[in-house]
Amino acid sequence: MSIQIDKDMCCGCRRCSAVCPGMLIEHDADKKAQIVYPKDCWGCASCLKECPAGAIKFYLAADIGGHGAVMQIKRQGNITQWIINKENSTTIIKTDSKAANKY
Amino acid sequence: MEKLQINYIDTDIIIAGGGTAGCYGALKLAESTSKRIFIAEKANIKRSGCLAAGVNALNAYITKGRTPEFYVDYAQKDAEGIARGDLLLSMSERLNECTRDLEKLGLVILKNEDGSYAERGTRNIKINGENIKPLLADAVNKNSRITVQNHINIIDFIVKNNKIYGAVAIDMVEDKLYIIKAQVVLCATGGAAGLYRPNNPGFSRHKMWYPPFNTGAGLAAGIRAGAEMTTLEMRFIALRCKDTIAPTGTIAQGVGASQINSRGEIYENKYGLSTPNRLYGTVEENLAGRGPCYLRTKGISAEAEMDLKKAYLNMAPSQTLKWVEDGEPSQNNVEIEGTEPYIVGGHAAAGFWLSSDRQTTIDGLFAAGDVGGGCPQKYVTGAMAEAYIAANSIKSYLENKKDKLSPAEYEDIAERYVKVESKFFGNTVKTYNIESLEETMQKIMDNYAGGIKTHYKYNEQSLIIAAEKIAGVLNLSVKLHAVNMHELVFIHELQDRLLLCLFVIEHMRARKETRWHSFAENADYPNQSNEFNKYINSRLQDGKIKIIERDLVGREEYYEHTNR
Repeated sequence: MSIQIDKDMCCGCRRCSAVCPGMLIEHDADKKAQIVYPKDCWGCASCLKECPAGAIKFYLAADIGGHGAVMQIKRQGNITQWIINKENSTTIIKTDSKAANKY
Repeated sequence: MEKLQINYIDTDIIIAGGGTAGCYGALKLAESTSKRIFIAEKANIKRSGCLAAGVNALNAYITKGRTPEFYVDYAQKDAEGIARGDLLLSMSERLNECTRDLEKLGLVILKNEDGSYAERGTRNIKINGENIKPLLADAVNKNSRITVQNHINIIDFIVKNNKIYGAVAIDMVEDKLYIIKAQVVLCATGGAAGLYRPNNPGFSRHKMWYPPFNTGAGLAAGIRAGAEMTTLEMRFIALRCKDTIAPTGTIAQGVGASQINSRGEIYENKYGLSTPNRLYGTVEENLAGRGPCYLRTKGISAEAEMDLKKAYLNMAPSQTLKWVEDGEPSQNNVEIEGTEPYIVGGHAAAGFWLSSDRQTTIDGLFAAGDVGGGCPQKYVTGAMAEAYIAANSIKSYLENKKDKLSPAEYEDIAERYVKVESKFFGNTVKTYNIESLEETMQKIMDNYAGGIKTHYKYNEQSLIIAAEKIAGVLNLSVKLHAVNMHELVFIHELQDRLLLCLFVIEHMRARKETRWHSFAENADYPNQSNEFNKYINSRLQDGKIKIIERDLVGREEYYEHTNR
């Protein structure tokens, strides 16, 4: 369980490192974000929700059943698109922050 | 590193930890007093604490036609009587007011056609809690009466003659030590994860139920200052989805999924439906060779499946990713397992021993949320209710308190801490490090103090071994080397957990019965005993752990500390 940060896409805004509850993200000399403690990620996805550049992806490590899929987030107004890319397919699930869970 | 730079902060009320209880406590204080309020937060209040990823429902609510007493009955029964009636009742009376406050802040709550809240079972309501923490944090950040300092970590309380005078903190990044002067502290630092070897001990070691960043800092600081603790032996062990350690209640209640063994037999009724027994049943089925165990989701409708996936995205997105990547719940039952044990007063009853007004046994140190003992089944709204009660008590307390230490006394304290903290940067030990000692602690607790390995069981002899070995690790920890401030915090987190381990072990030794299956499964005493219809409390006295037995406190009583 951890995140990957695409250095080329990172805009250096520091929002991810500001909000990470474990303070696991730091910035290199180019101000680009990097996860310095990948094994310490709780999987809360707060950084994905903050990132305005879509540079952060979330994955399940192999020890908890992951085999390569990654999840990204796109937010527009109330709607969050959760985009899950597997090897041969993409699944998109939309959640609405104004709609309560049915369960 | 040359030397830590000392910074002095002057305030009236320190809130240690800006999680749910801390943020709400600050808002309630700002409503009712003109005193200065200072939140010290290790991370950033926007997403810190238990609700970083969100929460799926409000699990403590007085539903239509029911009373606060109904909730107290439920929590008392679930805790087999070892819970404080006074604390539970005052909490329960405020649950719905706290819920309304959350709605005013912008929380989306599902409603029926007549405008009433849509209920889930007898104590829960349905919400969209993905943004619950940002909503609370926004309100705090907008309030000019509250000062928030993110990224500083309180390492000790300043206590003299059993009265609080502030707190000592270190910066998470810069080489700074803070002396925060105050008349009151509200401790809201949360419970403790990471004492035991986790379900996923490898790369995903932090994929656990409770926030891995909650390391019992406030509990340990309280213990070092001489505060009395209660019911630490009542560990909380969650029944969770395997691997992702995501909640099971949403599946169980949402689609009515039963707990089944590998033969497809429903086993939950065999063991009882209390929180410990749902877990215990799963352990026993596995031990009988009928595992793995599952929640029966096979065959749920496409609509139900999508609703489940959305619900999990709003609180535990890894579970939805798991379903998409590894197999859908309509096709495969969801495997479940028990987690490692945690110390958490919001679910079980472990924490500070409190008066009815939420003051600890240290004068001026109040507590709310997961650090508050004796009051289980708090969940989100109960943690808020406790903070609300503590805020009211703090307001009254401050009316006639003004004393602080002299500047020279604060300077002495600062110099002493700078010396101790700076030593870690000069340590040169090479044969062990922070990570290896953490793994050692977790292995000892797992093997000898009722972890996953022994199916949560322990006995007197194993606990004696655990205590000896943990004390040894604590001795080693003083020689650890830190390369930066974050590592210095890691050392404190380790030492706090080690101290807490020693107390948990002594509590488990003292309760010579099995009051709760799995949570405190004493193999020497496998049954309940009326002799232990009492609280097991403890405090540090002359460097040793002193166990104190106290009589049960009923809901009609008003409890004050008379012999602290």
